Amino acid sequence: MIKKIAIFIITTLTLVGNVNAASDGELLLKKNDPSEIKECWEGFNRASFALNQGLDKIIFKPVASVYRTLPSPVKTGVSNSLNNLSNVVTIPNNLLQGEFSKAGDNTIRFIINTTFGILGFIDVANYIGLPKYEKEDYGQTLAVHGLGPGCYLVLPVLGPTTARDAAGSTLNFLGGDAWYNVTVQNDTKHFSDFDYYSSKATAGVDFRAKNYDSINNVEKNSIDFYASVKSLYLQDRQQKILNTDKIVDTQNDSDWEEIEN
Amino acid sequence: MIKRLVITLFIYLISFTNVLSTEPDIFVQSTVNRASKLLSENITKEEKIMQLQLIAKDTVDIRGIGFYTLGSVRKSLTKEEKDKYSKLFEKYFLKSFSSRLAEYTNPEIDVNDKEVINENYTIVKSTLKATNERPEIKIDWRIYTKDKKNPLIRDLIIEGLSLARTQKEEFASVLNSNNGNIEVLFKTLEEFSN
Repeated sequence: MIKKIAIFIITTLTLVGNVNAASDGELLLKKNDPSEIKECWEGFNRASFALNQGLDKIIFKPVASVYRTLPSPVKTGVSNSLNNLSNVVTIPNNLLQGEFSKAGDNTIRFIINTTFGILGFIDVANYIGLPKYEKEDYGQTLAVHGLGPGCYLVLPVLGPTTARDAAGSTLNFLGGDAWYNVTVQNDTKHFSDFDYYSSKATAGVDFRAKNYDSINNVEKNSIDFYASVKSLYLQDRQQKILNTDKIVDTQNDSDWEEIEN
Repeated sequence: MIKRLVITLFIYLISFTNVLSTEPDIFVQSTVNRASKLLSENITKEEKIMQLQLIAKDTVDIRGIGFYTLGSVRKSLTKEEKDKYSKLFEKYFLKSFSSRLAEYTNPEIDVNDKEVINENYTIVKSTLKATNERPEIKIDWRIYTKDKKNPLIRDLIIEGLSLARTQKEEFASVLNSNNGNIEVLFKTLEEFSN
């Protein structure tokens, strides 16, 4: 099984190509520019997208609409717990990206929130002034080390990604995600497969509920909903890879400069 | 004496220019206040949509956004095609813009900061306050400031995601799927607006 996954990763990485040690901000920005990312499997992607829309309509949207009615402290607590759990992937990726200070902060955050914060339900670390939490994953780490995104991909159930990010996600199942290791991979007798998959499903519902109106709005007002979701996803990935929310640094103004009234 | 007069005149002119120019952050806050007031009024959704469209016509550079959205394709259009596109885009934009906003009952937006990019653009930073159903949302406004007296909105960047850019890539997708045929885009816009 592991051999198969390794072969898959190598094949994907070959497809992704563009392995480049350079990781300077401008190059990162250009490589991950949504308009530069190729659409190699549009037919497959659109079919997957249609399937996901169907699943959203019959499962995620109705569940999210009920979840939204829960009291705010409960939703915030669930969201905090999921964020806390994601530290087990973020911390190794902080280290792999050479962000040792962030790795330290997130380790302290994880310990404090898991203990004093009752399994992450309360974000105690935030109250005591630790820096804002930013999730990291293996796709972002590969990007930081210069790997291009490759082709855009929509996976059934899992949704939009790129060849690089899909390859990055498989590293979670090869020992890169401690939560997966103690639930699915190894029989620790404390956790079961159910714990892992229910946490992933809850994260999906939490995301859908937080973006309930926005997604409905985009769907209603798009002339090509597939293209809108693709653009929004790729812009979001670009921001996360660059670890910035500063639009002025990440947008090319020349497109606008040409338009004069 | 003449020197004094020149200095006085100079100061007067500077003050006068400042009075005439509208600061982008004040412009955004007043636009938001106008929209919020309207959205909280006890009128029908149709009336709200109509009023929102008037606000959009006043404050948004619809023509500029339209051409940005079209990307490099705009360079190959004839004058007639450009005019037709501008009209269709305006109808599309106003419908899309107003129906998005009309869903909100009383959005509370605070303008926090601004960043001047160059003499033509300022980014105004604001926050849409959290409600029980959704978290706080950061909204940046790309304001076109070439005409200091009449700043215009050119983009909304919600949590780092640009609406104009999303729209541009959406239009590009429609064109790419139809061998770059502008007539298909015209038809799509017409269908959306009707």
